[in-house]
Amino acid sequence: MNFTISKRARGITMGLMVLGVVATVIGVLGDATDHHQRTWANLLVNGFFFFGIALGALFFVALQNATETAWTVLVKRVYEGIFGYLPIGAIVIVVVLLAGTFHIHHLYHWMDTSLYHEYMVGEGHDAQYMDEAVQGAVANPNFDVLIANKKAFLNQPFFWIRSLVYLGTFLFFANYFRKQSLLMDSETGEALTKRMLLNYRRSALFLVFFAVFSSTLAWDWIMSIDTHWFSTLFGWYVFAGMFCSAMTTAVILVLYLKRKGLLPQVNNSHIQDMGKWVFATSFLWSYLYFSQFMLIWYSNIPEEVTYFQQRINEHPGLLWGTFFINFALPMVLLMSRDAKRNPRFLIGVGSIILIGHWMDVILMVMPGSLGHAFHNIGLLEVGMFMAFLGLFINTVLRTLAKAPLTVVNHPYLEESIHHQI
Amino acid sequence: MANKVIYAVYEDPELLKDGARKLVSNGIKVKDVFSPFPVHGIDPIIGITRTRLGIAAFMFGITGTCLALLGIWYFNIFDWPMNIGGKPSQALYKNLPAFIPVTFEFTVLCAAHGMSITYLIRNKTLPGMPARNPDPRTTDDKFIIEVRTHENHGHSAEAITDLLRTTQVFEINERQY
Repeated sequence: MNFTISKRARGITMGLMVLGVVATVIGVLGDATDHHQRTWANLLVNGFFFFGIALGALFFVALQNATETAWTVLVKRVYEGIFGYLPIGAIVIVVVLLAGTFHIHHLYHWMDTSLYHEYMVGEGHDAQYMDEAVQGAVANPNFDVLIANKKAFLNQPFFWIRSLVYLGTFLFFANYFRKQSLLMDSETGEALTKRMLLNYRRSALFLVFFAVFSSTLAWDWIMSIDTHWFSTLFGWYVFAGMFCSAMTTAVILVLYLKRKGLLPQVNNSHIQDMGKWVFATSFLWSYLYFSQFMLIWYSNIPEEVTYFQQRINEHPGLLWGTFFINFALPMVLLMSRDAKRNPRFLIGVGSIILIGHWMDVILMVMPGSLGHAFHNIGLLEVGMFMAFLGLFINTVLRTLAKAPLTVVNHPYLEESIHHQI
Repeated sequence: MANKVIYAVYEDPELLKDGARKLVSNGIKVKDVFSPFPVHGIDPIIGITRTRLGIAAFMFGITGTCLALLGIWYFNIFDWPMNIGGKPSQALYKNLPAFIPVTFEFTVLCAAHGMSITYLIRNKTLPGMPARNPDPRTTDDKFIIEVRTHENHGHSAEAITDLLRTTQVFEINERQY
């Protein structure tokens, strides 16, 4: 069955974008302190959050291919629609990183190369920096020994190579899986089985890359904002957030399409299993979040504990709110079977969880990039979120409209239709 | 008329499901089904109500959480206050993060053991209890539907047997009890 975007959906997403841009502009004008840095930080927050949802969906499709899971075949196109946002998400991230490289913003403190050198000659813009003391050199007052020690990893050429490799790999595989999926629609018999096995091998390959890149991209794009601080668990924690947001988005989207009568074969068992993914990934996130927090809290080492001290002391509402929404809420509300089979309930709880994970990204980026200048979520944050939400939904729906909403041919399609738990 | 129990033996779970559907649609109550492995989708056909094992597991888990917190509070805060790793706050809520792993493990322990033991007791399959399956072949490759005549007063044993013969049954056994 084919999907066309309703006028209402188009109007709402366009309205969200316009309203969001207006709110953002009002927010920027209303903030007299540091609205420049704050705007760029918001661009990173929303760029990364929605990119993460698309990436989580790509990971899920690869996971289903590699494990040869049958029940998701019926809703496969929905996940493909979600990762259709990946190119736009990648563009936003590249724009933020480029602005960092050209020193338009200072989200990435370490991009300032003067921090790396112990000595300097001259002053102001003409100053030359060096590692060895030469004739007439004075000690560089901005020298940061901790950042200098990370030079082998955190330097711009290597950073850009890594970032482009991540984005290139993700976009290549997203394009590849989508093409394979569309090709399967017009194939039958042995060719179909062969293509499924090909997808199986390619997905396994992608998962190997993803295992490394999902961790390192979190270090590069998010953890390097707090350059002095590091946590070995950070990559998994960020990945769990992405995964959970993707699962939540998928179940909301499937329920929307089902309510419009476009996915008549999706039954209660599919919905319950998708709800289980939301439940399970919420626990994965909570587990990793708490593991990271507890070790840092327990060891109480100054260079580690500052990260949480700043967040707990200055933003207790955001921090505890995030933990409550992303852990306690799904645990209590999504535990029972009936809750996971109730569409209205699932959409409601899912929307709250999505906002919870967005707040989580705010907490990752804002205190590190704005310091004490970040007070709370304001009109600027909400406006930018609305604008990106409109763009995201619009892109996903447009991708969905490009192909039949359920796969036409797949060796496991029949099994997926009769899914029952 | 003596009470009879009828066992219809099938060779495939799908054939068994078809047979059970036919019996139920003719108003015959199926007492139970025996199979070597769980048959998906048989529960709603023969009208088995949803298990409450999940609720029991939740109760066991909550009990575990409370017991663990109570124990930790008594050992480490009330009875013998200990300063481990420079955390001398000595209040349960202040030292809570350190106690979460233990609480979590104990919750899982109680939920898992409680659930398993409840399951075994409820099914009367604790070690040493007599086996209740009517035919040892149901532990290998046969699937059996059990129908009792005293639960189906509207149907004679012959009528039930005749109806079963119209399904793809492997063999039918009758027994007095």
